[in-house]
Amino acid sequence: MSAHLQPTGSAYFIAKETELAETHTLSVLVDNEPGVLARVIGLFSGRGYNIESLTVSETEHEAHLSRITVVTRGTPHVLEQIKNQLERLVPVHRVVDLTVRAANLGHDRPIERELALVKVHGSGDHRVEALRLADAFRASVIDANIEHFVFEITGKPSKIEQFIAIMKPLGLIEVCRTGIAAMNRGPQGM
Amino acid sequence: MSGTENQMTGAEIVLQALKDNGVKHIFGYPGGAVLPIYDEIFQQEEIEHILVRHEQGAGHMAEGYARSTGKVGVMLVTSGPGATNAVTPLQDALMDSIPLVCISGQVPTPLIGSDAFQECDTVGITRPCTKHNWLVKDVNDLARIIHEAFRVAQSGRPGPVVVDIPKDVQFATGTYTPPSAVPTQKSYQPKTQGDLKKIEEAVELMKTARRPIIYSGGGVINSGPQASHFLRELVELTDFPITSTLMGLGAYPHSGKNWLGMLGMHGTYEANMAMHDCDVMVCIGARFDDRITGRLNAFSPNSKKIHIDIDPSSINKNVRVDIPILGDVATVLEDMVRLWRAAAKTVDKARLENWWTGIAKWRARNSLAYTPNDDVIMPQYAIQRLYELTKDRDTYITTEVGQHQMWAAQFFGFEQPNRWMTSGGLGTMGYGFPAAVGVQVAHPESLVIDIAGDASIQMCIQEMSCAVQYGLPVKIFILNNQYMGMVRQWQQLLHGNRLSHSYTEAMPDFVKLAEAYGGVGIRCEKPGELDEAIRQMIDTPAPVIFDCRVANLANCFPMIPSGKAHNEMLLPDEATDEAVANAIDAKGRQLV
Repeated sequence: MSAHLQPTGSAYFIAKETELAETHTLSVLVDNEPGVLARVIGLFSGRGYNIESLTVSETEHEAHLSRITVVTRGTPHVLEQIKNQLERLVPVHRVVDLTVRAANLGHDRPIERELALVKVHGSGDHRVEALRLADAFRASVIDANIEHFVFEITGKPSKIEQFIAIMKPLGLIEVCRTGIAAMNRGPQGM
Repeated sequence: MSGTENQMTGAEIVLQALKDNGVKHIFGYPGGAVLPIYDEIFQQEEIEHILVRHEQGAGHMAEGYARSTGKVGVMLVTSGPGATNAVTPLQDALMDSIPLVCISGQVPTPLIGSDAFQECDTVGITRPCTKHNWLVKDVNDLARIIHEAFRVAQSGRPGPVVVDIPKDVQFATGTYTPPSAVPTQKSYQPKTQGDLKKIEEAVELMKTARRPIIYSGGGVINSGPQASHFLRELVELTDFPITSTLMGLGAYPHSGKNWLGMLGMHGTYEANMAMHDCDVMVCIGARFDDRITGRLNAFSPNSKKIHIDIDPSSINKNVRVDIPILGDVATVLEDMVRLWRAAAKTVDKARLENWWTGIAKWRARNSLAYTPNDDVIMPQYAIQRLYELTKDRDTYITTEVGQHQMWAAQFFGFEQPNRWMTSGGLGTMGYGFPAAVGVQVAHPESLVIDIAGDASIQMCIQEMSCAVQYGLPVKIFILNNQYMGMVRQWQQLLHGNRLSHSYTEAMPDFVKLAEAYGGVGIRCEKPGELDEAIRQMIDTPAPVIFDCRVANLANCFPMIPSGKAHNEMLLPDEATDEAVANAIDAKGRQLV
């Protein structure tokens, strides 16, 4: 009892997390109504969850449904909480953890694609090199004058990361990325 | 619906929708942005409006009303400060799962976003403190949204919702749609039926348990009287010991033989020890809150856990469970009782004998003991006498937050659900008195008592004026020790007895205060005079402030100091000054 109280640690597990954090991609189907995005991101900030990438667009116009794709990072326990908390929001129809689904289907990960616009400024050899590399990455030129290119590139986030890194020494000016669009392989929907 | 049929103004639609959702009382405060609705209230008699003195009061009244009736509580506030004052009760209702519909006025649609007079982003501000909220921009959506608001507030895990209505929408004319004609939002369809396979699994586990315990919570109360009925039946059939959270008191009767008392930070020794040592825990409508679990990694280390809850996000949130059952408590318990009955023959009742013997030993520790005193009123004694003198009446109890709240939970016995209204999750000082006013509105003939502290009561004391106006004979029973007792207790435990700002040097004369409001004031300072004074309070057909002067320095025990486990409780007879000063180490000090 009180006479033999041992020194103890924190009352909360968060201080001593033993599980490793994982990055997961979630698909959230929501009613496209005012404030729905604020509810979703407010939940993430209010409960201390991470958002690494977020994309939103109406995907079914007649039903006014939007699909939110969010890439988040947390321990399996936190990821389960995120899914449950999202499902609790009134305008949320369905939440699918695409990463978990992919594993269940025997795949490495879900299909994840991103589009980026990359502006590069340069002349001479740098300019030639930028164009040659863009060709190798299958990026297309959508705007140019004699001093710059704007490339459009789509692909896995890792490919885009790599392209941007390569463009840096060649005169990278700015980048705009859409965030990740994702779905699982195979015939079934989410 | 076509032509001029069912054409109404927005304000008329609000009143019609409230009536069609069975509303009899609303708690509110007028202002510029809700004047059209108030004009409609003036022109009808079906719904009674209770004029509060502060919007926070309206919210807590609606909470008390809801908690004591099982119905939805309704509050009506104006834009800007009206809405921001409603935030505390909204968050309170969110944390304690109380169904609440808050209708707020908003500046006219064309002015939204222009920083207009009394404008605030109500849906933005209340988004995290409601289950859902709506800004109504088209009068033709108004009826549907109000009906949906009532459905969302009371279905699934209940909670507060806000419907924000701009003033031009209140004036505009549109079509009224009755509740039956409104399609429900497809995305929100809570599941009430539990998975039968999981319930069977749970019953199998319970059959072989040798040291079982039932840990029930506020979800049993929210689920309705049927849930308490099946809970009692389950306890009777299984002969399992049962403990409950603060919010769940009354679901199982205090006089029941399997009752262990409340668990958690100020729970009984037997309840906490049984939780720690059990082999099967059946958690019913509770959420493993930090006041309950103590140190998480030492929480009931050797038990298999069954968790019945309607909210999937409550499951595995703080504590990993072995058998989660998603569903409404009443529905799941009905199935569980049926399955147990079918299996009863195969259950060996004798297997629990050792467990009950152990529990009897813990009970004998008498963890709620305190040293009686003939000269000053001990706060525990005051609650005991209040209980003894009111237990045979139709009594409802509310509390504020602090030591008095814990003593009320420990010493007032509840036999029925919906009789105990307290702010558990948010811990809102100022909750109890307005909540009691709301209870009294719902139950005009009953005895409604707010057990209060001298600090808490001053946070919403203005509602005395409301109670007097409507002739609501609410009793405020103040355990007056001139301290913020719980703050002081923690300063003694954690901060070297440096009592920083927890002593109230200038205290109002509560008797005169009651009289100033038009109520009755009673003061009692001697234990010998207490019974007579309490009887006088009960017999007064008017709002009473009872200033019960209690021992100033009494502390609330037993206690699990923060950062400690269930089996490391501080018991009253061990709580010497030294033990109190050293009970919490440096790490525990960072916790709340």
